[in-house]
Amino acid sequence: MSLAELICPAGTPAALRTAVDAGADAVYCGFQDATNARNFPGLNFTPDELAEAVAYAHARGTKVLLALNTYPPAGKVDLWRQAADTAARLGVDAFIVADMGVADYIARTHPGVRLHLSVQAAASSPEAIRYYCAHFGVRRVVLPRILTIPEIRQIKREIPCEIETFIFGNHGLMVEGRCSLTNYLTGQSTNMDGVCSPASDVEYARHEDGSMSSQLAGFTIDRFGPEEKAGYPTICKGRYTAPHRPEGYYAFEEPVSLNLSRLLPELIDAGVHAFKIEGRQRSKSYVRGVVRAFRAAVDDIRAGRQANMADLVALTEGQKQTQGAFETKKWR
Amino acid sequence: MAVTEMTTKLTLGPIAYHWSAERRRDFYARIADEAPVDEVYLGEVICSKRAPFHEGELPETIERLERAGKTVIVSTLAEVMLKRERKATDDLAAMDAPEIEVNNAAGLYARGRRPHRIGPFMNAYNEATIAWMAGQGATHVCLPTELPAEAIAVAAAAARDVGLGVEVQVFGRASLAVSARCYHARAHGRTKDNCRFVCEDDPDGMPLSTRDDAPILRVNGIQTQSESYVDLLPEADRLVADGVTHLRLMPQDVDMVAVAGVFRDVLDGALPVDEADGRLGLLSGAVNLSNGFYHGAAGYRRIAMIART
Repeated sequence: MSLAELICPAGTPAALRTAVDAGADAVYCGFQDATNARNFPGLNFTPDELAEAVAYAHARGTKVLLALNTYPPAGKVDLWRQAADTAARLGVDAFIVADMGVADYIARTHPGVRLHLSVQAAASSPEAIRYYCAHFGVRRVVLPRILTIPEIRQIKREIPCEIETFIFGNHGLMVEGRCSLTNYLTGQSTNMDGVCSPASDVEYARHEDGSMSSQLAGFTIDRFGPEEKAGYPTICKGRYTAPHRPEGYYAFEEPVSLNLSRLLPELIDAGVHAFKIEGRQRSKSYVRGVVRAFRAAVDDIRAGRQANMADLVALTEGQKQTQGAFETKKWR
Repeated sequence: MAVTEMTTKLTLGPIAYHWSAERRRDFYARIADEAPVDEVYLGEVICSKRAPFHEGELPETIERLERAGKTVIVSTLAEVMLKRERKATDDLAAMDAPEIEVNNAAGLYARGRRPHRIGPFMNAYNEATIAWMAGQGATHVCLPTELPAEAIAVAAAAARDVGLGVEVQVFGRASLAVSARCYHARAHGRTKDNCRFVCEDDPDGMPLSTRDDAPILRVNGIQTQSESYVDLLPEADRLVADGVTHLRLMPQDVDMVAVAGVFRDVLDGALPVDEADGRLGLLSGAVNLSNGFYHGAAGYRRIAMIART
């Protein structure tokens, strides 16, 4: 049986302390630049803040994982290398990487620090995972949110590293690390800049009939009736029309959250070593609530007790939630 | 400069769509006989369910193209997850061919150090990654379509330093995303497993428009593409000067022989760029042309000739 480590988001120093206090086994965070996939205004850490965060977390037995999980464009590789050097000096416990050049640099320069393969590397087969393990000494893979539990169990049998899966939060639809939708509409790249449907390009327009359009860089991503709550214009969660769908429909996915709380025992049994909670962009109170609830659930499961899932289900009350591909391949 | 121009190769990328076996046969027969492309990529890159419909034709198509003097490269799947996808990737990697194009790390694992090309889905964004790949047996790299000009120049120089060919997509819809879910099936109320190959109805992708009727994206099975065709014809000279050795045309539902002819004429200096780009616009019909990615702008944008240096 795996240890069922709880890996929690730390978008800010305050959120990091909150997650540590709420019982995270590890927190993950990034620097304030393009080197990580949540390069959002107001988020992330300066080197000084990371130094304090590492001290705070380590004093309480919590690990700190640094996300270096974007793809440096040619000519800018040094920014990623410097980030790795800085974080290694500050004593982070692992790097979460996607780019082969970055992985190779860290494996050679900082061989004492663990490498985790980011979901942004999109390794979804035993062969792909083994490639990164064999060449860069990757110790853990964060699996894409596209696999069923039997498929995860099968992969675990065929790879030499630990598995981490997302269990809660935003439910990404596209293969991570292969999506240029945001760059196509805004000129900012998810892979190179760490940006996804950026707030700076968002506008809401009220129409005369009371309806509301949510727009990204001038494109209407969705339109909401007077009674509907207008959602954030994430490109892959918008409503569009197709020739035979003139009414407009969620072409990719409805705006749902992933919540695998009911599947935790099965995931542990399938060999998942660590559970990841998405949400570095979320508030402190959100982080506190989610981490506490999952801490209690995981402790119950590890102690052989029936976990109380009601609190976890309540976290997304009022929102649509899904078990996505984990429950059935019909999701595909 | 003249020497460089003469050696620049035009390539035809793999067909992204579910074209029937008959359509493919006719298409490649015309490419073999008439299109001034040097290299042709074959094989199913997007959806493993489609492969049985046309993989039987592959040997004959390869022979046909090679007899016409084209170099043929077989491309592997971009997404490898299911057993059949893993097997298809392993089988291609085991081929005793000098040239396969790998689009997933599973293919890299299977191919080992035997020579191979790096496909556009492999995320070769920078000189460090390219150097790593070269050390593992890569002979050629197709850069990501969203890479801007400055990065292309640095990447191309690095690739050529270690002896690699360097390729950039200069025509056709950009791949913007792939998914485990089939959006063609979803649009028709089906799932990937019971899709009944509805994607065959859309030889140039299924158009998606915003709810205020702006065309925005195209769905091609599990792939999401740009509505616009990438067009780097006016940038071809700069690409070549920056060290790019291969220019890739992606097959669209237009006269690809004519498209290849326009690019070849510009590379040969036989047609002024503005006139050539006008022809490309006509060949592309109602579809907008774009070059935003290259110029570091939103991908759908068309940066005017006058602003290009």
